Amino acid sequence: MTAATLRPRTARKRERADSDRGIASLSDWRRPTVRFGMSTVHFILLILLILWGIGPLLWLLKSAITPTQDTLQTPIAVFPHGWDWNNVTTAWNTVGIGVQFLNTIWVAVGSWFVQLLVATTAGYALAVLRPKYAPIFNGLVLATLFVPAVVLLVPLYITVLHPPLIGHSLIDTFWAVWLPAGANAFNILLVTRFFNNLPREIFEAARTDGAGPFRLFWSIVLPMSRPILGVVSVFAIINAWKDYLWPRLVLTDPAVQPLSVRLPNIQSQTDLGVFLAALAISMIIPIVLFLVFQRLFLRSAGLGGAVKG
Amino acid sequence: MTTTPAQVRLSPAQRPARRRTPLTWVRGGGPATLLFLLPMLVIFGVFSWGPIVESVVMSVQHTNFVTAPTFVGLDNFVALFRDPLVPIAVRNTGYFALLALIFGYPIPLVVAVLMSEVRRARGLFSALAYLPVVVPPVVSVLLWKVFFDASSHGLFNTILSWVGIGPQPWIQSAATAMPSIVLEATWAAAGSTVIIYLAALTGVPPELYDAAEVDGAGIWQKIWHVTLPQLRPVLLVTFILQIIGTAQVFLEPFLLTFGGPANSTLTILQLIFRYAFQNSIGLDYGKATALSILLALFLALFSVVYFRLTKAWSDN
Repeated sequence: MTAATLRPRTARKRERADSDRGIASLSDWRRPTVRFGMSTVHFILLILLILWGIGPLLWLLKSAITPTQDTLQTPIAVFPHGWDWNNVTTAWNTVGIGVQFLNTIWVAVGSWFVQLLVATTAGYALAVLRPKYAPIFNGLVLATLFVPAVVLLVPLYITVLHPPLIGHSLIDTFWAVWLPAGANAFNILLVTRFFNNLPREIFEAARTDGAGPFRLFWSIVLPMSRPILGVVSVFAIINAWKDYLWPRLVLTDPAVQPLSVRLPNIQSQTDLGVFLAALAISMIIPIVLFLVFQRLFLRSAGLGGAVKG
Repeated sequence: MTTTPAQVRLSPAQRPARRRTPLTWVRGGGPATLLFLLPMLVIFGVFSWGPIVESVVMSVQHTNFVTAPTFVGLDNFVALFRDPLVPIAVRNTGYFALLALIFGYPIPLVVAVLMSEVRRARGLFSALAYLPVVVPPVVSVLLWKVFFDASSHGLFNTILSWVGIGPQPWIQSAATAMPSIVLEATWAAAGSTVIIYLAALTGVPPELYDAAEVDGAGIWQKIWHVTLPQLRPVLLVTFILQIIGTAQVFLEPFLLTFGGPANSTLTILQLIFRYAFQNSIGLDYGKATALSILLALFLALFSVVYFRLTKAWSDN
């Protein structure tokens, strides 16, 4: 994975072209039955994927600007009685989704920064500086990957309620989400692996030229690590947007709640059309991020499986 | 991957031996190294390693923060075995995991194999399959809650009426609630499995297919004798990851049905949540951590046994 991220784009394309065959060979493709069969199957697959992948989202976008009664009575019809843009403005202003929208951005940016800070400094210390005791910490970090998140839930909540040294509770402050987000072993694993594969000759050369550990970190290692920093950033921002249970526990005041926590609470007392507009607003940024950074997302998706555990 | 030749050459143990004094440690950059480790030590210490130890301690204590914690031995675990809700939650979670496997394990594999044969615009296929994964889970759950509208005007019921099927209760009946939840969860998660399989499929060496053709294999034989065996390691890993993930399902049943109707979708994680944060009798952190530790132990044991059993199978 890290090797693939390092490789420049052109080389990857050329390599694909060389081995551009799948289960069916080129001669298979020349047979009319195979050709026709495959094309039909792929066409059906495309239709199903459109219905599956984008159908529900298009419906949400449509219903966000449809009068509530139309959505309730004829959910499939497309604008039978015109549209209702007021849904969107009501959701943003009157229901106040705008506040939670900004909160979500704050949560995401803060978690992203803490995760990047912890992962890069730790990765640098463990993989580049390599003190003698590095394997111990590597092991301790790796071990946490095998502990399901649920074990942490209650003690983590109590830690945030009574944090050491600070003396007052972090509940209803963004710190309650930002700081625990930093304890992400998967990030450290990714970054450490990437740093391990950087050519050490460059570090030695920089040291000979008089660069100290801080200079080496800031001017050499970080600029060389853009690909992996991109992967960690995408995970961090998307996860902050997705998270529900933890922010729900520690952010109880609507003024600091992100969208994911607020939406379920307003459902029962909000008009359906307005609520659907709020849902549509909530998914816009992740979807735009995905469309812009599609390659990065799909390449990271293979790693995504490991995050769940 | 982890050990490069350069790393071996420069490892500190093989540098010329020198007497280590605090002064050489400072000159060698020891304090700077510690400074770089500091963010990790603080964050992991307070928010990961500390709470892990704490959870073990709490599981043998009676803690509710009203009175001082007292040591109660295995009382919390005994209380769990007496609680009639625990077997219900275990059964529901198992049912969810089973349905999620039936819905969510074979279909992404078929889709990925078909997609790997697409020659044009494969990016479009992948993007479409992955799009639901990008939608924040709370948004997709709440959207599906609208789809699951049990009235005859509900979205799904409207579609069913086209093919002559009457309105279904979806999440409002104990019998159909869990399958409905699994349907939503599969929609939200299947895309990432497809992409994982697709990455593994592009990694299958084309020479293997060439060789199979020389031996006269047709398309189905190639799939059976080349593709699937090559995917075996990935399939084994996604299986266990899915079990670990589904055993901790929380969001979907919590937001769609809140464990109902009649506890038919109460999962283990929801029960832990109830013990710790929603208990009307008083918060019972001890019982909550005891149950989460039991779940973690079960998953660890399951993984170990699973990898032992499948070791011979995945090595060749």
